[in-house]
Amino acid sequence: MTVRDIKNLLSCETLWGEELLDRKVHTACGADMMSDVLAFVKDQSVLITGLVNLQTVRTAMMMDIVCIVFVRGKVPAKEVIDLAADNDIIILSTSQLMFESCGKLYGAGLSGGKHKNES
Amino acid sequence: MNLNFTYDVDSEDFTRAGEASADIKKKLKKMNVPHEAVRKVAIAMYEGEINMVIHANGGVITVSVNEDSITMVLADKGPGIPDVEKAMQEGFSTAPDNIRALGFGAGMGLPNMKKYTDEMHIDTEIGVGTTVTMKVNI
Repeated sequence: MTVRDIKNLLSCETLWGEELLDRKVHTACGADMMSDVLAFVKDQSVLITGLVNLQTVRTAMMMDIVCIVFVRGKVPAKEVIDLAADNDIIILSTSQLMFESCGKLYGAGLSGGKHKNES
Repeated sequence: MNLNFTYDVDSEDFTRAGEASADIKKKLKKMNVPHEAVRKVAIAMYEGEINMVIHANGGVITVSVNEDSITMVLADKGPGIPDVEKAMQEGFSTAPDNIRALGFGAGMGLPNMKKYTDEMHIDTEIGVGTTVTMKVNI
């Protein structure tokens, strides 16, 4: 799946990275707790979250996350978008809820990250 | 090859937490350290850096890189950890509520640090400080 597919499925607005929308993602993670993201996310993931602060982007940087989707209509501050832009992380925003967003992406074939006891 | 990097971790501003880890990640990538090792170092150091800001008023991180491993030493002059075994349990946290609102304080920091490193050692003394040493093999 590409980021453009995600954008269309969730009717997102692109806050940064319009020219990068054809990047591929293999897995997704929905979480507001960044430590859980750090524990479970695989490569080339999309992060679906309602947490709009700089640490969301820093976490994404550590995990090589391709795209962050902010749910519930949240729009981050400019400095958050700037940090994402400096690190080539696409930022999308959707008015849909976390549960709906995850369900739609899962239904369209995107899988979750690894489970706790898998290596 | 033996390179050392030192970072002062400032506790004044939580929004800056993670800058040292982001910087070391970039440096290791430039040095062509394998992707998986870079990822492990970045995640473990980021969790440690966050911990230093939340619990210990900052501190100093030293990273040593050689051919076969990367060693991180995170030293603070914080309150110390009363019960290390308990602190290592997933879900145990003493972080205040304002930290939870920022996405941390789930009690996953130390367990994540152990999970992503090949060796981890905690030296702690109440009222003196804590030094966490972590090693990732390349």
